[in-house]
Formats: sequence, C-alpha cells, structure tokens
Amino acid sequence: MTDVKPKASAAPVPDTGLIVPKRRRRPHPVLVIAIGAVVVVALTYVLPPFRNYQLATVGAYFCVTAGLTVLTGLNGQLSLGHGALMATGAYTLALTQNKFMNLPFSFAVAILVTTAAGAVIGLAAARLRGPYLAGLTLAVAIVVPSVTSTFDETFNSDQGLSVVLDPPPEAFPMEQWQAWLCWSAALVVVLLLALLVRGRFGRDLRAVRDDETAARLAGINIARTQVLAFVVSAVCAGVAGALFAVLAQSVSPGAFPLTLSLFLIMAIVIGGLGSLFGALWGAVLLVVLPTLSQSVGEQTGSQRLEGNLALIVFGVVLVVVMLAAPGGLASIPSRITRLIRRNR
Amino acid sequence: MSTESPLKELALHDITVRFGGLTALDNVSLRVAPGRIVGVIGPNGAGKTTLFNIICGFVQPTSGSLTLDGQPWRPRPHHLNRLGIARTLQGVGQFAGMTVLENVMVGARRRRAEAEAMAALERCGVARYAAAHPGALPYAIRKRIELARALVAKPQILMLDEPAGGLDADEIGWLGTLIKETGTTVLLVEHHMDLVMSVCDEILVLDFGKPIALGSPAEISENPKVTEAYLGTAA
Repeated sequence: MTDVKPKASAAPVPDTGLIVPKRRRRPHPVLVIAIGAVVVVALTYVLPPFRNYQLATVGAYFCVTAGLTVLTGLNGQLSLGHGALMATGAYTLALTQNKFMNLPFSFAVAILVTTAAGAVIGLAAARLRGPYLAGLTLAVAIVVPSVTSTFDETFNSDQGLSVVLDPPPEAFPMEQWQAWLCWSAALVVVLLLALLVRGRFGRDLRAVRDDETAARLAGINIARTQVLAFVVSAVCAGVAGALFAVLAQSVSPGAFPLTLSLFLIMAIVIGGLGSLFGALWGAVLLVVLPTLSQSVGEQTGSQRLEGNLALIVFGVVLVVVMLAAPGGLASIPSRITRLIRRNR
Repeated sequence: MSTESPLKELALHDITVRFGGLTALDNVSLRVAPGRIVGVIGPNGAGKTTLFNIICGFVQPTSGSLTLDGQPWRPRPHHLNRLGIARTLQGVGQFAGMTVLENVMVGARRRRAEAEAMAALERCGVARYAAAHPGALPYAIRKRIELARALVAKPQILMLDEPAGGLDADEIGWLGTLIKETGTTVLLVEHHMDLVMSVCDEILVLDFGKPIALGSPAEISENPKVTEAYLGTAA
C-alpha cells in the first residue's frame, strides 16, 4: 500500500480495491462563455435570416432552461410553472416598453417583477415537497394565462399586446440583431448561474436536494436556500419571457400554454438534469423538434397531426435518451470516455 | 490539541419530551463540562437519539430548558454549525449526488473550504476517496466521511450518534483514538460498550427515557440498576 497513514490511526483504512476517479478540473466558466460568444457571433454572420431568428429563439430558451435546471436538477424542486413565469416577464416587458419606450429599462422592470413573483411562489414552494410542489407550480402555470382575460383592459385578453420597439441599427439585419440580443442575455444569465453554482451556493443547493437533515446540521438554512433558488430560476424565466416578447414583438396568453412548461421540463431532462450544457441541448431541442415535427406534419398533409406531433416527438426522444443515456445528452461525452477507458 | 476559543458548556435542565402518550425523555438533566467526553447509553428506545434531537433543535422539549455557557438557549439545527456544534447521523446521511470532497466541504462554512475539507479527510484516512461518490463506497468508509464532515467545522462540541455501528474491531480501535484525540467536548451515543467504557469520562444511562445512572465508567459498570436495565430483572 502506498497511501499515507492517517495520523490518529493505528487501524488501517479499509482497502476497498475500488478504482477512485481522479479529480477533474473544469474550465473556468468565463472561458467557456467567451468561446460560446465567439461561436455565436460567427454563426450570426453565416446563417440565413430565418436561421438567425431560430438561433435567437434558442438563446431565449437557453435562459429559462438554464434557470430551471438549477432549480430542478441541483436543488430538487420540480417546477411545472416556468411557462407562467415567462409570461410574467413577457407581459411586464410589453406593458413597460409600450409606456416608456426604453428597452433596457423594460428589461429591468421585467426582472424586478419576476423576482417578486418568484419570491412569492418560492416562499410557498419551500414549504412543499415532491408532488405537492409540482401541484402548486402546475396551478401557477394554469392560472397566470387566464389572468389576461380577467383583466382584459390591461392585458387585452386572448389577443394579447403588441410590443413597440425601436428598429435595430441600419447596418444590421433584424434577425442578426435579435440573435445578438438574445444570446448576450443568455450568455450573461448562464455565466452568472455558472459562477453562482460552482461555489458554496451550488454546494448548498445540492446538499438540500440530497439530504435535508444532514444539510441543516451542516449549517444550511433550508428554506432560505430553496427560496433563493426559486427566485434565481424565476428571474431567468422572466428574462426569457421578455426576450420572447421582443422576438415576436407581441405577447399573448397562447404563447405560454401549459405545454410550454411541460416542454421545458422535458427539455432539461433530455439535456441532462442539473447541467448547464444540458440546458443548452434542451434549448436547441425546444427549437429543432417542433420545427422538425411541423415539417413532417406538413408533408403527410394531416391537419390533425400538426399540433400534437411535437408532443409525441418530444416524448419519444425523452424515452430514447433516457434508455440510452440516463444522465441526458450532456452526459454522453463522459460516458463515451469511460467506455473507452474500460475497454483499453 | 487546542481549539481557537474556549470550549462551551452545554447543559440540559429537567428535559421532558412526550410524543402523544409516550414519554421519550423523563426529567433528564445533564451538564456537559467543556473538554469532557460524555457517553449516553441505554437499551433500544431509551431516548438517546431523542436527547440528541433536543440538543439539535429537531425536537422541542415538552418541558425543561437548555443552556449554552449558562445562557438560556433554544437550538435551531442550522445554527449549530456556527455555534461550534457538529453532529453525525446514525444512518450516515450523505449527499449522494456530490463527491466525497464536496460532501465534507458542505460542512466547512467558511473560506478555504476545499483545503480544510481535504485536511479533515486526511485526518480520517479517506483522502484518496475525495473524488468518489459516497453511494459507491463501503459503509466503513462512509462512516469516516461522515466523521470528516463533522470535524471539518472544527467543532467545540462533537455529537456522535452510534459512530461504531457496523464497524469491525480494528476500526473501532481507530475511532476510540480519534475521539480521545479531538480535544473537544464529545457527546457519544453508542451501543458498543467497550468503546464507551474506554473513551468516556462520564456516562449517562437512560432506560425508557428515565435517567437511571450518571457517573464514571467504573461506577457505571458496577451499578446494579444498569445491569438490570440491560439484562432484565432476575426472576
């Protein structure tokens, strides 16, 4: 045996013969995000306008999936109501923008309002566990869109609101400008999340998820950690919602149905729960799969298929990915390296 | 070994706990003097873990009070770490989704968490498992990780809930040495009599929630009431 004898011990440490993995150093988030920014900017110059619009949509989705994967994957709180939080952000942006015509200010207000909404739901959520928490957030997902028809003077019911925006600078096409806007927001959000999660807060989140009693004994305030996680995640959803309002230049309750919330959860599970890279894959799937299933639906010419095919495709992808790689798409690289190492 | 600040004195005054009709603790008083190693023993269901849960704030006493350094004190679980009180759990409560190192880092509520966590793992002889996940490790190793997580916060009062459970003789010997060398106050709930007798300065015996004896290991082993509680009344 080559290991160092422990100081206090006469008895040997039990030798398990286990091969313990080496500690891996991950690259610093700032580096990863910087590379991501370069890739995105390059893409916006080579992609045609419609693809640029889709790229922008991926960026907007990335905000919400990243926040959701931190909440659900790392902190263990299942939220089925993030679509509603997106709606909150979107409507706040629309109302503020139409009144003050100042986009940064509108974003700030959208963030503030979703922070407050997240805190309220988070406070209730911190008292609930498992299916009860899912039930509460599900109720939020259902209630929030119907608020628009209750207060139809402000929210204009099912028709929704249009968002008045200044045109982008002359030199840039609209879609490219949208992609830049969405991705700068997404990269900032994800960078902040990555920095937050790699330190003590991230450890606290996971400790609370794994064992509440042990976490409390280790000095963690469970309720505060859970509420904070919910607020952080709600803000991400709010930013995503605001981005969607800008992208579509309108908001309506139909854009934030219950299925959106379910899609978000499916996307982060397929991508890899708790992984920010997984959240990126999830965001890509959220754009690619519906587009794909729409074109398939058009080809078969079936009107009935069109709306529901996306759900079916998502379900099938979920099942296949879970069978092939239970850790989600983000876990595939490490699975492959492990396989190679074992067979060598 | 010394700690940074003077050790705290913990005391329980006439603690009674009732769960419905069951009296889990009946008028228990205990003064844990700084630096002492105090054992709590008793048959299953005697109220040992309830006593720990009172000190940790998981259970509120029906009557009675606690003091810390003479001041009235109402414990809250997440404050213990800051107050220098660490506790291990009977059923090795570990964070399955985190590496061993991260598990221990959670207990270190300050800067340089990683270095301190490595030192604690080193001290418990399990540093080479730092990157492993606890779920894949044998019970004895996980027990040591649990100890490391309690020690990493440099506690003044260390509460060990059946630390020897599931360990073999060699490991229990190691554990005894570790307990004696911590230099902190130790509260020990344990069934393994040899360990309790060899490390404790003082032992409290509980039976159906009632304190039946308090004294040095020698006094306890000669106490007829204790023998009766463990072996039953002579017919």
